[in-house]
Amino acid sequence: MLTCKELGERASDYLDSEMNWRDRVSVRLHLMMCKHCRAYMDQLAKTVQLLRDDASTVDAGEPDPRLIALLSKRSGEAS
Amino acid sequence: MRGQKPTAAMSDELLVVGLKKGDEAAFRQIFARENAALLAFARNFVRESAAAEEAVQDTWVAVIGGIGRFEGRSTLRSWIFSVLANIARTKAKRDGRVLSFSDMGYNDPAVDPDRFSGDGTWLSPPGRWSEINPERILGGRQLLAHAMAVLEQLPPNQRAVVQLRDLEGLSAPDACEILGITESNQRILLHRGRSRIRAAIEVLMDTEKGEQFDPTK
Ligand SMILES: [Zn+2]
Repeated sequence: MLTCKELGERASDYLDSEMNWRDRVSVRLHLMMCKHCRAYMDQLAKTVQLLRDDASTVDAGEPDPRLIALLSKRSGEAS
Repeated sequence: MRGQKPTAAMSDELLVVGLKKGDEAAFRQIFARENAALLAFARNFVRESAAAEEAVQDTWVAVIGGIGRFEGRSTLRSWIFSVLANIARTKAKRDGRVLSFSDMGYNDPAVDPDRFSGDGTWLSPPGRWSEINPERILGGRQLLAHAMAVLEQLPPNQRAVVQLRDLEGLSAPDACEILGITESNQRILLHRGRSRIRAAIEVLMDTEKGEQFDPTK
């Protein structure tokens, strides 16, 4: 039987579906019976979601003019 | 995905075609989409921002010069990140900086062991984050800022994996290739990094509620 502590160590593998079928079933069984681990898994999933949704539009700034110059050299070669 | 405008965004294929032809609009779009993330990623290798900027500038030069060799076996984003990783690694080595990618950040537990009893069950269980949901994140800005601050403090190898996988949405094999680590180490680092961020958000949520966890609830 998987303990809560062990589940805590494998939670990302479960969320990312990087787990074999057998381990997946034992995590799922544990989650069905343990509300604390359900809460933990939910917290981790929300953490990942928060990072994924990171819509902070950091201003990329302007590309260095030297890069644009390099690019036009490229277009000269291509045409 | 950062800085990417949903409207009129060219597909990767179009961007690559454009870049191969030296099309400025295509280049500017890729630049706007990736530059900030590349700068953040470069800091895993070189700590000083001037050195990081130099590494990213060199990366763009290499991307413009080498796009002809890009075959589309990986995504454009993942290819650009590998170019940067190679450049930044070389720079770090030249500056005599020892990279700790192989020996740091693997051993800390995902959850503080004190929160479990001897038989491995929760002694101090996590609370419910009902006020956070994917559609409507209350206090989302503050939470995100907090998460980003914790990300900054992670060991470089954990931070690098979390950036590539969760912020940039790259696949596990791509992240392994870029960082030169094994699949199992990638998984360990990702989980350790996420876990530290989760723990920090948990602390913030508890302080906001103004209460400690009650293990009996
Ligand atoms: Zn449990």
